[in-house]
Amino acid sequence: MSDSIAIELRDVVKRFGDVVAVDHVNLQIRDGEFFSMLGPSGCGKTSTLRMIAGFELPTAGSILIHGREMGLTPPHLRPVNTVFQSYALFPHMTVAQNVAFGLEMRKVPKAEIARQVKEALELVRLSGLEERRPRQLSGGQQQRVALARALVNHPEVLLLDEPLGALDQKLRKEMQLELKSLQARVGITFVFVTHDQEEALTMSDRIAVMNKGKLLQVGTPTEIYERPNCRFVADFIGETNFIDGVVIGRDGNYTVLETPEGLRFRGLATRPLSDGTQVTYSIRPEKVRLLAPNGELPPNGLAGTVMTVNYIGSDTRITVRINDRRTIDIWEQNTRSTLDRDEYWQPGEAAVIVCPPDNALVLSE
Amino acid sequence: MATIQQQQQRRDRIRLALLLTPGLLWLLLFFALPLVIIFVYSFMTNDALGRVVYEPTLNNYITIFTQSLYVNAYWRSIWTSVLTTVICLLIGYPLAVFIARSPQQWRMPLLMLILIPFWTNFLVRIYAWQIILANNGIINGFLEMIGVGRLTLLNTEGATLVGLIYGELPFMVLPLYAAIDRFDFTLMEAAADLGANKVQAFLRIMLPMTMPGIVAGSVLVFIPTLGQFVVSELLGGAKVDYLGNLIQRLFLRANPINWPLGSAMAVLMMLVLLVLIMMYFRVTSEEER
Amino acid sequence: MIKTAPATTASARIRGAFSEGRLTWSGLALTGFSILVYLFLYAPIVILVLFSFTRDEFGVRWTGFTFDWYIRLFNNPRMMGAAWNTLVVATVSTIVSTIIGTLLAMAMERYRFRGRNAMEGLIYLPIVVPEIVMAVALLAFSAIVFDVIKMVTGETLRRNLTTVTIGHIAFSISFVVVVVRTSLKNFDRRLEEAAADLGADSWQTFWRITFPLILPGIIGGALLAFTLSLDDFIISLFLSGPGTSLLPVEVYNRVRRAVTPEINAISTLMLILSMALVALSQLLQRRR
Ligand SMILES: Nc1ncnc2c1ncn2[C@@H]1O[C@H](COP(=O)(O)OP(=O)(O)OP(=O)(O)O)[C@@H](O)[C@H]1O
Ligand SMILES: [Mg+2]
Repeated sequence: MSDSIAIELRDVVKRFGDVVAVDHVNLQIRDGEFFSMLGPSGCGKTSTLRMIAGFELPTAGSILIHGREMGLTPPHLRPVNTVFQSYALFPHMTVAQNVAFGLEMRKVPKAEIARQVKEALELVRLSGLEERRPRQLSGGQQQRVALARALVNHPEVLLLDEPLGALDQKLRKEMQLELKSLQARVGITFVFVTHDQEEALTMSDRIAVMNKGKLLQVGTPTEIYERPNCRFVADFIGETNFIDGVVIGRDGNYTVLETPEGLRFRGLATRPLSDGTQVTYSIRPEKVRLLAPNGELPPNGLAGTVMTVNYIGSDTRITVRINDRRTIDIWEQNTRSTLDRDEYWQPGEAAVIVCPPDNALVLSE
Repeated sequence: MATIQQQQQRRDRIRLALLLTPGLLWLLLFFALPLVIIFVYSFMTNDALGRVVYEPTLNNYITIFTQSLYVNAYWRSIWTSVLTTVICLLIGYPLAVFIARSPQQWRMPLLMLILIPFWTNFLVRIYAWQIILANNGIINGFLEMIGVGRLTLLNTEGATLVGLIYGELPFMVLPLYAAIDRFDFTLMEAAADLGANKVQAFLRIMLPMTMPGIVAGSVLVFIPTLGQFVVSELLGGAKVDYLGNLIQRLFLRANPINWPLGSAMAVLMMLVLLVLIMMYFRVTSEEER
Repeated sequence: MIKTAPATTASARIRGAFSEGRLTWSGLALTGFSILVYLFLYAPIVILVLFSFTRDEFGVRWTGFTFDWYIRLFNNPRMMGAAWNTLVVATVSTIVSTIIGTLLAMAMERYRFRGRNAMEGLIYLPIVVPEIVMAVALLAFSAIVFDVIKMVTGETLRRNLTTVTIGHIAFSISFVVVVVRTSLKNFDRRLEEAAADLGADSWQTFWRITFPLILPGIIGGALLAFTLSLDDFIISLFLSGPGTSLLPVEVYNRVRRAVTPEINAISTLMLILSMALVALSQLLQRRR
């Protein structure tokens, strides 16, 4: 993967009347990467994508594609193509005509168009359906036509706005893999919008998390999951235990915080925090360990009582109460195959939880 | 960044102007301006040769309000239009229900059958009734055959009414069908389930919910009927004067022609229409609530 | 139409006049009534056509078959001239009002601008203003324009086919706008974005994507404008001049004097033309 920048957003703002859809976003997308934009509904993902494509102009800020300032450049002159959420296939044209459209606009010779259309349809495994109309295709096939129609133009960047949103679960999983391998083969930069975190984690080289128009964090799936930089990201990606407290000091690499009721937790802070800062402690349920009490509390250990035990196949989800106000969720992998649940934790049982500080984060704000 | 917005706005404004100007000009010049002219004319005077004299006066309106010829014409036209609208509604509603309750594949053909007569020239449709109602026409032929003897059917006010209903019925059925087709008939079953009899269910559920169709149909029938003059001339024998007959005569055939008076009649007709339609909307929207 | 299934068996049992099955008394009454209404609608037309072939010189009774009335009709220069005028006026008014109406529909559907509501009113007013009012207004207007022209150039103009055509366009525009707007409303604007995304400029996008997809609406509007013009009588009466009368006006003038089967014949031909137009529009819609 080269390090040159395919798309750069500089301080981009988009307002619709009073609504700030995109709020001072700075972003660099590298050449050839599979880049996802993730966030809840209405956070400004589509608006960002539409500004890159040229359907909307930024209220302020600038957008560069391969270093070229886009400014007023209308969509048809931008070196990007879009796969629309509902595909936007031209209903009055056949599959082949749809795919050929972009090439015709660029005045590519007829014979060349025919060759490239054939190639593109082979790429998305739709050979033989050239003469069909969009409405005679299944959802997955329409999706592939939309892909072929965009890819055939060899865009510098391919923009995809929730392209799998309309597909059923099974097809969606299939298309995820297919998209990913397709991207690897053609080597085009993909900017992929989704609000499905699992989809983003499995497919992307890097992910940008957005909320309320603001870009919160950009990073690899591992970085986003393991080192979220704020409470929202930690909450939005995966599940986590949150505990609010105040910083009371440092202990080597770790930051120490104390809850109002006097419990102390240790974790990694993404930046230096002075004493007295209001923070949130976050630890993922699968990172917490659960032990049988043996008289003495281990380091980073807390005594508690098992409240609920839910077996869900791959793991067991346990809730432990550590005091009147607090519970901690713990997921234990079911590494042993046994039907004898009596051997396992029972509600009401006393237990000790251990929160390894290397796996816990102290988040400010 | 303001320049981005400005440039785009300028481009949009030019396009909009290109799209809007021909239609705007045409409608202003050949629709709005002429209406203004007859409004102005309605306050002018006429000379013995039928020319408009530009002397402001209220005489035209006074004439209309004081001479029974004109007052009667207004009442007759309003009454006939109301009657036509009500009868069209009474015929059209069951018919629309019938179409809407037919099996899916029959609905469009049945609706098309209503539309086809409407695609033929109005005058031709009215003329057809002359043949039927004529003294030596089909109906009288039949009546003679069964020994009843001939009746005067043509050149009566009844004939006028039949012609009007015949001519306007499709305009009533179409909006009614659109409203009734949207109506969910299981609501009638729900009402029955809750103890309403059929009449109650109709009045309380179906009628209010199909009111938009009734309103649209009524307005569509009422407006052309108020200004008609062909039907009363061809089928009514021009024995009594309706609004349209008077206006037409004042503009084209009177001796001398009197455009200012005709304009005043037309202006008042629009006013009557406006008031009646507004009253109707008030009443029906209360019904809807 | 999507119907929710009856929720309870109780309500399923209560099936009255409003059930789909029509084997109830009220259902039968409704069907019978409707058949009568259809007869009412069609009887006059059938009789009209039939009596265009009768030998009876008043055209109101059946006294034997003949083609004479059609032959006479075709040899009647006045009638043929009027028919030709009608077609010319309808064609010109259809073309102009379809173009103007389509542009207006685009403006109203695609842009927000000051005075848009007033424009909306101006567009829909011709539909609700009684035709006779529009007719006398245009008559008064044309008289003033002719007076002015006479003062300026000394030329005396009279009402002619142009004045009628202008009037027909003025009321047809509104109907075209209504029809075309519907198809613009149903048009998915993302298709235009997709085209722009694939490199089409706004001109190419319009002709390759928007136009073909709203074409059925435009054709619908044009057919409506054509029929409105053919069907129009009132404006034609007021705005056509001596020697340039249109078919409905000619029929009216004849009918006021006497009923003759020649009128039946011309009516039948007009009927056939209308039917052909309906069939054509249906055909065009089905091909899509
Ligand atoms: N054309 C518009 N006019 C007005 N407001 C808009 C427009 N487009 C978007 N918005 C607003 O901007 C905000 C961001 O919208 P956007 O479509 O970018 O969200 P999104 O992240 O794509 O959401 P989703 O996941 O639901 O598609 C929303 O509050 C939306 O209501
Ligand atoms: Mg979106």
